Amino acid sequence: MRRYRAVASGAVAVSLLATATACGGGSSAGGGGSNESPKTLTYWASNQGPNIEADKKILEPELKKFEQRTGIKVKLEVVPWSDLLTRIMTATTSGQGPDVLNIGNTWSASLQSTGALLPWDEKNFSKIGGKERFVEAALGSTGAAGSDPAAVPLYSMSYALYYNKKMFADAGIEKPPATWDEMVASGKKLSKDGKWALGAEGANLSNNIHQVFVLGKQHGADFFDAEGKPDFTSDGAVAAVKQYVDFMAKDKIIAPGNAEYAQNQSLSDFAKDKTAMVLWQAAASTFKSQGMSDDEWGVAPVPVQAGAPGQGKNVNSMVAGINMAVFKNTKNLDGALEFVKFMTSDEEQKLLCNTYGSIPPVKAAQSDPAFDRPELKVLRDTLATSAEALPQVPSESQFETVVGTAVKNLFASAANGGEVTTESVKAELAKAQQQMPQQ
Amino acid sequence: MNTTAVPATGEPAVRKNSPGAARGTRRPGRARRTALPYLLLLPALLLEILIHLLPIVIGVAMSFKELTQFYLRDWGAAPWRGLDNFRFAVDFDTPAGESLLKSFTTTCLFTVLSVGLCWLLGTAAAVFMQETFKGRGFLRALFLVPYALPVYAAVITWSFMFQRDNGLINHVLHDQLGLTDSPSFWLIGDNSFWALLIVSVWKGWPFAFLIIMAGLQNIPKELYEAGALDGAGMWQQIRKITLPSLRSVNQVLVLVLFLWTFNDFNTPFVLFGKSAPEAADLISIHIYQSSFATWNFGAGAAMSVLLLLFLLLVTGVHLFFTSRGRKATDA
Amino acid sequence: MHSSPETGTAVPRSPMAAPRSFVWSRRIFLTLLTAFVLLPVYVMVSSSLKPLEDVSSEFRWMPSGLTIRPYFDIWETVPLAKYFVNSLIVAGAATVCSVIIAIFAAYAVSRYRFRGKRLFTVSVLSTQMFPGILFLLPLFLIFVNIGNTTGVALFGSRGGLILTYLTFSLPFSIWMLIGYFDSVPRELDEAALVDGCGPLKALFRVVVPAAIPGIVAVAVYAFMTAWGEVLFASVMTNDTTRTLAVGLQGYSTQNDVYWNQIMAASLVVSVPVVAGFLLLQRYLVTGLTAGAVK
Repeated sequence: MRRYRAVASGAVAVSLLATATACGGGSSAGGGGSNESPKTLTYWASNQGPNIEADKKILEPELKKFEQRTGIKVKLEVVPWSDLLTRIMTATTSGQGPDVLNIGNTWSASLQSTGALLPWDEKNFSKIGGKERFVEAALGSTGAAGSDPAAVPLYSMSYALYYNKKMFADAGIEKPPATWDEMVASGKKLSKDGKWALGAEGANLSNNIHQVFVLGKQHGADFFDAEGKPDFTSDGAVAAVKQYVDFMAKDKIIAPGNAEYAQNQSLSDFAKDKTAMVLWQAAASTFKSQGMSDDEWGVAPVPVQAGAPGQGKNVNSMVAGINMAVFKNTKNLDGALEFVKFMTSDEEQKLLCNTYGSIPPVKAAQSDPAFDRPELKVLRDTLATSAEALPQVPSESQFETVVGTAVKNLFASAANGGEVTTESVKAELAKAQQQMPQQ
Repeated sequence: MNTTAVPATGEPAVRKNSPGAARGTRRPGRARRTALPYLLLLPALLLEILIHLLPIVIGVAMSFKELTQFYLRDWGAAPWRGLDNFRFAVDFDTPAGESLLKSFTTTCLFTVLSVGLCWLLGTAAAVFMQETFKGRGFLRALFLVPYALPVYAAVITWSFMFQRDNGLINHVLHDQLGLTDSPSFWLIGDNSFWALLIVSVWKGWPFAFLIIMAGLQNIPKELYEAGALDGAGMWQQIRKITLPSLRSVNQVLVLVLFLWTFNDFNTPFVLFGKSAPEAADLISIHIYQSSFATWNFGAGAAMSVLLLLFLLLVTGVHLFFTSRGRKATDA
Repeated sequence: MHSSPETGTAVPRSPMAAPRSFVWSRRIFLTLLTAFVLLPVYVMVSSSLKPLEDVSSEFRWMPSGLTIRPYFDIWETVPLAKYFVNSLIVAGAATVCSVIIAIFAAYAVSRYRFRGKRLFTVSVLSTQMFPGILFLLPLFLIFVNIGNTTGVALFGSRGGLILTYLTFSLPFSIWMLIGYFDSVPRELDEAALVDGCGPLKALFRVVVPAAIPGIVAVAVYAFMTAWGEVLFASVMTNDTTRTLAVGLQGYSTQNDVYWNQIMAASLVVSVPVVAGFLLLQRYLVTGLTAGAVK
């Protein structure tokens, strides 16, 4: 009797499941958007300002402006970074999401492969003023090559070398290093008496990826081959990871304690004159909140192996930034495009990028004098001439997780006095590669 | 069918004192009699099915599918993979399988230590505080504080204390006591296991303390009086009377603590973030990494199903032995 | 015998005075334990009183340069009051519903014989064995499908979160209450039935009042379950419905981690909970006595 009951209840559950899976994403299947509700839009903004409340205060007046012009009311939600990707994933699964949203530009290809985002073909681009309005480098990080972009660039950013002027003066160093050899040489002068030359966020997976990706470029290595298959153990990739970890392990210019940093502790070390240099994107506002005034630090391009920053082996930054995407199943397609057009207009770009301390990916907005500050000039030039997008492959986020973790593990062993050899780096990367999805 | 209440909570003493009580509550009217208990259960049953069982069933189905980002939008279209996800998970020759196995053993060790320590601290504190002394009420209140703090707040504070360069722990161990030659890492490397254990025990022991303190109050006074007459001292009374009387409490407590600790996600996630150090790579974080972080929900679900089977086995064995033990003592 | 709920104060172990060895062990053990419990609390208090640039410096027992600014800033950085109210609503509603539903279920199991009783109690237990992380997507999907077919919006609303949390706390609540109801003498509700009360009246007039401490215990447990949950809250809430457990993370952003404000906010929101706890702890102790224990 009891067994019969168990079987019966199992059968009920399975039939329920069948319904649930059949319905799963049903609402989002069927593709294209409609214009059923032309008067409202939901917008998920990412957290760009000092905190979520500040973001709301910055964006609300702009949304009001948009409403006055078009009569479309935009419902804003600023989603914290800790939740954004999970929220997008659940929205994708269920078909219940915002109309317009911000995404980290490195997620573009991964999200593109879910098919949930509106492809930006010629037609859609023409509705926001055409593809040509955007900076080439920023467009490079909007989806897989050869297919229509899944998003358009909204705010751009690149890496620069920030240095502590006082610590440089005390160590008798006149100018910031332009090559890694100079970095190590200056670094050895700076690293003494409890002070260190370079800061790192050793336990922050994304930051690790950004650094080793650029070093990989400089060693002539990509982490993916031409077909988009992972290739983590090439000589160049191994050399790049080893060079980065060796700043701590061999050159001893990164403090061992940085191996556990993941919450921007390296920036507060910098502000406290404990670390002389950090590689960062737009750190000015953080320095200020840590009690460091603007004239105490300087900015220079990130070093390269030899020569001056440029393309190919002289890339010195990844293309960082935020893209704006439209959910395919939006009920207000025209309004969504109108809103993207508004947010990427010259006027809004100047205003928002200036407020957030980022670089406008829109060419016309870049020439605004507001972006001529020395810091932004370095960032802008880097973005324009020597930045390259992270691999635009569907498995990019897996790459960040597994290779970022590999670098974290290597830092951890270096910090504990372990030796970092070409073999140990290669073994760690091989392990990472085996965790990638089989294709 | 049977009259036993929840097996784990055991047969209440009272029931033996009023045999046949259940029959007495029956009211006349056959339909009413059979329907009422089911009606009473209905809300709980519906919720459990909707929120717990159905997602588990879907989870089990997911484990047979290739559910990656390509199929996230339309689960129905995801191809069935049969047992591939399971094979992938338990293939201990590959790094994925090997790390799952390692994570599993780490979790087992961690759970046993954490539950053991929580139980030990809880029991010791409860026994020591059984007798009235000055400040007992205050301490009892104080000891509940870790249970009342929001998990995120408590764990982030611990991570702050465990920092290598600026943390309190190293300040005490290294700077003040000089126990270590150089400041140690707690959030990365092998020590992270101990850091996680400390946080978990700090958060978990007050619950054990509460339950055991409550259990102590049910021990009949007469037992102690009889013990005292026999000349048993304080320590002997604790060993001979207090601890054995706590047996049925412990059966429930240990099982519940075990299940909660084994599946705990919040503590390691707040302490270490998305990627836990290998030494503290608990199974829940591992599953998170294999599903959310790498967008492979099929593989994550397969691991969860294996975990479910393991925990079912453990619970079954636990219930089997404890209920058999109880029958023997009750008889 | 078994102490009734009303008189559930601690039973002195024996009439004789505690020996010195016992008193000393007790002193040492409780001192160490107090230090262990208080250490993080001390860190929270002292860090919450420091300016941001001092918090991330080397730890010192005695902070220099105290400020109460963080206690004002916390309301600006994050809509803390709103999150607090949300948490209160969600945890409060989940607690009330969970307790009522658990009372019904526990009463059925405690007082009636019926088919499937064991199946029910065992399967309720087994729900505790599946890692929560894998519930997330299926549950979200179920909620969305319910929304599409019935028009009841469960995702993003407080309702969905309340439903989720109350179900999370149900299994343990039911267990505890079964044990507790079993300890309420059956003669009491039988007498009520003989007097002509219906079973529900007997439950609420007789059994529930006799079991108040146990119910309080279950309520505290259910409240804490809902109060501290992070994972589901992060996905199932939006701007307007976000709860504290998730909202506290708002003090750490991409570039800045406001440690002092995290600590200050944690303390501020915990004070009412701890205070409520202290008021209830007497009931809680007696409540758990007969519940999970017997």
